[in-house]
Amino acid sequence: MSAPRLPAGAGRLLGFLRKEALQVRRDPSSIALALVMPVVLILLFGYGVSLDAENIPVAVLLEDGSAAGRDLFGRLEGSRYFAPVQVTSADEAERLMAAHTVEAIVRVGSDFDGELGGVEPAPVQLVLRGVDSNRARLISGYMEGVVGLWSAGRAARGETASLPAASVAPRTWFNPSLRSTNFLVPGLVALVMTLTGTLLTALVVAREWERGTMEAILVTPLRPTEFLVAKIAPYYLLGMGGMVLAVALGVLLFDVPLRGSFFALFLMSSLFLLASLGLGLAISSTVRVQFVAAQVSLLSGFLPAFFLSGLLFDLGSTPLPVRLVSYIVPARYFVSASQTLFMAGDLWPVLWPDALALALMATLLIGLARRRTGARLEG
Amino acid sequence: MLWLRQVLAIAVKELLMILKDPKSRFVVIGPPLIQFVVFGYAATFDVTDVSCVVVDEDRSAESRDLLARFTGSGHFTEVARLDSLQGAAALVDAGRARMVLHVASDFAARLRAGRPAELQITADGRNSNVSGIALGYASTIVGQWSREIEAARAGARMASGLRPAPRVEIVQRAWFNPSLDSRWFVVSGLPAQIALVVVMLLTSLSVAREREHGTFDQMLVAPVDSAQILLGKALPSFALGLLDGLLLTGLAVVWFGVPMTGTLAALVAVLAVYACAILGVGLFVSSLATTMQQGLLGSFMVIMPSVLLSGFTTPIENMPLWLQRATIVNPARYAVAGCRAVLLEGADLVAVLRYLGPMAGMAALTLALAGWLFRHRTE
Repeated sequence: MSAPRLPAGAGRLLGFLRKEALQVRRDPSSIALALVMPVVLILLFGYGVSLDAENIPVAVLLEDGSAAGRDLFGRLEGSRYFAPVQVTSADEAERLMAAHTVEAIVRVGSDFDGELGGVEPAPVQLVLRGVDSNRARLISGYMEGVVGLWSAGRAARGETASLPAASVAPRTWFNPSLRSTNFLVPGLVALVMTLTGTLLTALVVAREWERGTMEAILVTPLRPTEFLVAKIAPYYLLGMGGMVLAVALGVLLFDVPLRGSFFALFLMSSLFLLASLGLGLAISSTVRVQFVAAQVSLLSGFLPAFFLSGLLFDLGSTPLPVRLVSYIVPARYFVSASQTLFMAGDLWPVLWPDALALALMATLLIGLARRRTGARLEG
Repeated sequence: MLWLRQVLAIAVKELLMILKDPKSRFVVIGPPLIQFVVFGYAATFDVTDVSCVVVDEDRSAESRDLLARFTGSGHFTEVARLDSLQGAAALVDAGRARMVLHVASDFAARLRAGRPAELQITADGRNSNVSGIALGYASTIVGQWSREIEAARAGARMASGLRPAPRVEIVQRAWFNPSLDSRWFVVSGLPAQIALVVVMLLTSLSVAREREHGTFDQMLVAPVDSAQILLGKALPSFALGLLDGLLLTGLAVVWFGVPMTGTLAALVAVLAVYACAILGVGLFVSSLATTMQQGLLGSFMVIMPSVLLSGFTTPIENMPLWLQRATIVNPARYAVAGCRAVLLEGADLVAVLRYLGPMAGMAALTLALAGWLFRHRTE
């Protein structure tokens, strides 16, 4: 490009940027998606999505009202995990289970005191509702813990009980109390940026096609690259704004630790946002219909960011084909980096590979969007 | 009679609009299927192949036996074996291992002396859910192993004429999902979520699309009243949503092996009443929106909280009390619980009445509101 043409190009770009900025500013629904959704999402996740159970209602059936059984009941009452209700018959317990009033039944048999003195271990029966299997497992683990502590306490007082021969001494790094909010909020940032980057962008460009305003842009001397830059810039700013909002709310409202540096967070978010924007632009310049663009961006952007990113569900435990698909989901790399940044700090051995993968995807997706736009603008 | 025929004519026109366009047609059938299969596999809370670093400083027969139980269980994979804890942290930091299993050098000595021995486990808390579940598996393995040792000890004490130390054990049973397979839990709730997305997207766009394309005025001058237009627009979405819901539930049973213990009538009732309830919400959003973008964003604002607060992936019981109360106006909550009751808990038509009631109430309210708003905004 010759020197005198540069200002003209810059002027074109600036003019188009201004048009985009005005368009965003004058349609309140874009701002709503970019800035209100992060707040809504983080409040929903912070309060609504938790895998930590407390005060689980359980029915306790003490068949003989033995001293040891009553002692165990007291222990359950004192635990923050359980809210025990004493019942008098197995029928009553099963009725409460069927009505979803309690989530488990603990039954201490009629000869518990006697069995405690016997050769075989004294059984404490636990009946769980297996519908929510994750929760059932959690309850079973808590129950093991409470009964184990109770047994150890009796042993310490010299009463009838013994310590287990071997046990696990667990310790957790980065998130010692295993608080699920600490693990969910970093992933949520990916979801927030996907909303702006992919969904909003896809809609905007598809709308230009659907409404025919793309024709108007086609006849201007605007180059495809300039068109892309002007489309990316405002949504990049909106997306980063949403990210900052989500991080600030997570740290201030939900006490999620942010141990990494702002620079690293900025770098990783920028790369991820560019990849999301590239995806959004590639979708919209390909399908050109808002309804379909919305569906495709939900399917290829939002849902994978939720299900295939490790945000909530563990990728390591999925079947191989699903795991392979997850490697082409940008959110996967960002969620891994973000969880490390929040809870562990700037661990560059984790961050570099993720950054490289995101940069590669951003380049590919924006390149694809450039090709699709270019082919149609100039063709 | 004529009134009904006119409604039907509008419904057919709406259905044709969806099915005529190959892209829209694909959107109604393709994504729900893809979502269902991919997310059915990806959304699991079961943990397999937890990568472990093993540090055995004891190198005794006992420690080898215990550690072999871990790799033999199928839940754990050994990625490295180290002589000391040095270097283990780096592997966890980099995400190559999620757990460190550490046997201290006095493990066997303590066991033989009858003192409590511990297996020290350090877990990566970045994914608190996986760590929690994996620690639970570990406790189960060690508990089992410990009980075998205790039983041997009790036998030895009996043989020498002494009273064995009393022990307690939890005997556990899970109703409805005996093997606590979390795929049953996720897959049984998934059809309701996908039906929600399909119905919301179709209805929220139906009026907005006509407004944006300018065909809405033609509709208004047709010799039909607004209730007919609304009903005609609602019917195809209702039919497609119900069809998707039933189809996917069928897939859950056939493909994912979820049992169908309840009655088909109960399932159809739950899904049909549910589709009515979301129809009302969708039409309400649609009447408010003047552009398709607003319609899409509006439906998004409804879909996100509905899914997250439905108990689909994380239990409602874990939410703070005020939010639990708020979920009683979420139709998805009843649909998810209803589908699970039919599939897993063997519910019949009578048993699902408790879910049908609230949903029917919401359907009546939202449909009436949408009708009022529609008339209000068109006049």
